[in-house]
Amino acid sequence: MSKPRKFSSTRRKFLKGAAVAGAATIAPPTEAGLKARPVPRIAPLQDARAETTTPAEVDVLTSDHCGSDFMVDVLRSLDLDYVCANPGSSFRALHESIINYGGNQKPEFITCCHEESSVGMAHGYSKIEGKPLGVLAHGTVGLQHAAMAIYNAYCDRVPIFIVVGNTIDATMRRPGVEWMHSVQDAASIVRDFVKWDDTPISLQHFAESAARAFKVTMTPPMEPVLIVADSELQERPLAEKDKLRVQRVTRTSPPQGDSGAVAEAAKLLVAAQSPVIIADRAARTAAGMKYLVDLADILQAPVIDQGGRMNFPSHHPLNQSSRGRALIADADVILGLELTDFWGSVNAYRDQLERSSRRITKAGAKLISITAGDLYIKSNYQDFERYPEIDIAMAADAEATLPALTEAVKRLVTADRKNAFQARGTKLAAAHQTTLDQARVDATYGWDASPISTARLFAEVWAQIKNEDWSLVSSSQSNWPARLWKFDRYYQHIGGSGGAGVGYGAPAAVGAALANKKYGRLTVNVQNDGDLMYAPGVLWTAAHHRIPLLSVMHNNRAYHQEVMHLQRMANRHNRGIERAAIGTTIEDPNIDYSKLAQSMGLYAEGPITDPKELGPALKRAIAAVKRGEPALLDVVTQPR
Amino acid sequence: MSAFLLILILFAQTPPRGNAETGRTLFMKIGCYQCHGREAQGSTATGPRLNQNPITYTRFVSYIRKPSGEMPPYTAKVVSEQQAADIFAFLQSLPKPPAVESIPLLRQ
Repeated sequence: MSKPRKFSSTRRKFLKGAAVAGAATIAPPTEAGLKARPVPRIAPLQDARAETTTPAEVDVLTSDHCGSDFMVDVLRSLDLDYVCANPGSSFRALHESIINYGGNQKPEFITCCHEESSVGMAHGYSKIEGKPLGVLAHGTVGLQHAAMAIYNAYCDRVPIFIVVGNTIDATMRRPGVEWMHSVQDAASIVRDFVKWDDTPISLQHFAESAARAFKVTMTPPMEPVLIVADSELQERPLAEKDKLRVQRVTRTSPPQGDSGAVAEAAKLLVAAQSPVIIADRAARTAAGMKYLVDLADILQAPVIDQGGRMNFPSHHPLNQSSRGRALIADADVILGLELTDFWGSVNAYRDQLERSSRRITKAGAKLISITAGDLYIKSNYQDFERYPEIDIAMAADAEATLPALTEAVKRLVTADRKNAFQARGTKLAAAHQTTLDQARVDATYGWDASPISTARLFAEVWAQIKNEDWSLVSSSQSNWPARLWKFDRYYQHIGGSGGAGVGYGAPAAVGAALANKKYGRLTVNVQNDGDLMYAPGVLWTAAHHRIPLLSVMHNNRAYHQEVMHLQRMANRHNRGIERAAIGTTIEDPNIDYSKLAQSMGLYAEGPITDPKELGPALKRAIAAVKRGEPALLDVVTQPR
Repeated sequence: MSAFLLILILFAQTPPRGNAETGRTLFMKIGCYQCHGREAQGSTATGPRLNQNPITYTRFVSYIRKPSGEMPPYTAKVVSEQQAADIFAFLQSLPKPPAVESIPLLRQ
C-alpha cells in the first residue's frame, strides 16, 4: 500500500536526519557494536528494553512542535469554538496541542463520557449557533460509538466537523491495543451518512481537506464531514512549518431556485383558492423565519410548521399547524419547503394488518417542492422517504429561494386577488384563535392528575420562563409547547433528532445550552427518561463545564413508543394484550433521576408526582441555572 | 312487530351493566391509557380524548372491535362484552375538568 510506505519513509527520513544532527554530541552505535549486542528472546519493548537500554534508532526524544500544532492552526481557521471528545490515544497529540499549544481556546476541549454524547452535543450546538462544532474520536472504537449520533445529524441536515485519529502505518503501531484501534479505512463505517471524508497523508493535505470539509459541511444540504488525522502526522516533529499554509475558506452561496420555476410557482400560488405552505427544515437561520412570514403574509396563506426547525411563529394568525390535515385535504396548491417526507404529508397511512395508504389531497392539487435534498441522495440508508409526485420541483435551498419567490408573488398580486387574500386571512385568523382556545380547554383534562399530565408539566414550565429569554432545546411528542407556549424567536425551537435515534435528546440539549451560554439565554430541556439512559454521562459534562441548563424529566417510566407498538402487535394477534410492558417499561426498580444527576454534580430534585409541587421546584431549579449550573427535576408524568 | 321481537331487540341494544372501578383497572391493564392517557384526557399525538366525549355504548363497542383509523382492534377474544361495558362505565364516570378560567396558568 502506498500511503503507509510514504508515512514510514518520511518518518524514517526524519529519524535518520535527527541521528545525523545529533552526531556531534552523541556518538551513534557502530554497526559492529549493534551486531555484538545480545538480542532478547522475547521482545517486551514497552517494558525492560525501553527503560534500560539506549534506543537504537532515536537519538532525539523531544521536539518543541509537532504536526498536530499545525492541525490546531487549521482548526482555528475554521472558527471552531469547541471540540467535544472522549480522550483517545489515536489523537493524543492533537489533544495535547489543543490544550497547550492552542491554550485550550478556540477550540476549547469539552470532555465527554461517550462519543455519542460528543456528536449529540455538536448536533444541538450547531442548531443554535448555525455553524459546526468539532468532534474528536478514535477512528475505530470511538467512531463506532459515535455512529448513531452521526446518523441523526445526517438525517437532520446538520453540519458537524469530525476528526478521527488513526495509525495507518502498520510498522509504527505500538503492539497490542493500538492495532485493535487502527483501521485501513477509518471513515468506511460512517461513509453512508457523512457528506464527505478524507484521509490526508501530509499536513498540507490535512489543511486543504479540512478547508474543503468545512465548505462541504456548510453548504446546503448541510451534513457531517469527517477527516482522518493520522497519528504519525500528528506526532511527527514539525520541522518546516513555514512551508505549510492554512487555506482560506470561502463559504459557498446556498443554491437558489431556478428563476423560471420560481415564476411558475408564484403564478400557481397567487391563482390558488386554497394554497397551503408546509415547512419542515425551511428556516436555517432567523432570516429564514422572517422570509417565510413575508411570503405567508403576502398570500395570507396558512402555514403548517412540521417543526424540523423554528420556521414560523406559533401565535402568528396564519400558523395553522394544528389543522394541517384538513387544510391539506382542501388545498389546490401545496408548497413544501425542505420537507423530509412530502409523500407522507399528502397521504394518509394506516398501520393495520394490511398496511394501506391513500392520497388525501384533492384531484388536480398542484404540489411545489423546494428542497436542497434534491441535490444530494445516497442509496443505502432510506431516509429519503417515499417518492412524491411533484408538479414543480426546485433542487434548491428554501431559505435562499424564499425572497425571490415572495418578490415574484408580489409582482402578480392584483387588487382582486389582494381582497381575496384578505378574506382568506380573516377566516384563518379566527380558526387560529379557536385552536388556541381549544388547547387551553384540552389542558384542563387531567390537570390535577398524578402522574402529572404533560399539559400541566408544560404549563408549569411556561409560567416560570415566559418572561425570560428562553430557548427550548428538546422536541415534545405531546405537542403541548406548540399549543401553550408562544414561540417567536428562531432559537426558541431547534427541531428533533432527525433520524429518530434515541439518545439524542440529552447531549443535544447540553450542546445547545453550551451555544446559548454566551447569549445568557435560559435553556430548557424536557428530557425523556429512556433517552437519558443511553448516555447519562453528558450530565457530568454539563456540570464539569458549567453549562447552565434546566432539564425537566418527562419521566413516563417507559420507552412509551415501543409500549404502543407492542400493544398493537398483541392486539393484532389476539393475545396477551396485558403484557405489552414486558421489555418496554423502565420500572422495578424506578430510576431515581435526581440522585443520578446529583451524583454528577447537578442541582436536582424529585421524583415529583404531585403537580402542586412542580411550580415551586421549578423556581428553585431555575435559580440554580441562573447561578450558571445545570439543574434537573425528575417529574413523573403521564405517557404523552 | 311482535312484543317478543321488540323485547329481543331492546335486550340486544342494552349494554351489560358496567362497573366503573373495574373499568378503571382494565383501562390501565389492557393498555387504553397508553394512547388516551390515564385520565382519558387524550393526546394530539396518539389518541383522542375519551373523557367527556360522549358516544353511545354501541358505537364505542363497534369502534374498539373494528377501528377505522390507527387504533389497534380489541376483538371479543381479548376484551369481553362485560369488560367493554366496564371500561365504558369508567369513561362515563369521569368528572368534568375544572373550567379554564379557574386555572390561573391557563388564563390568557
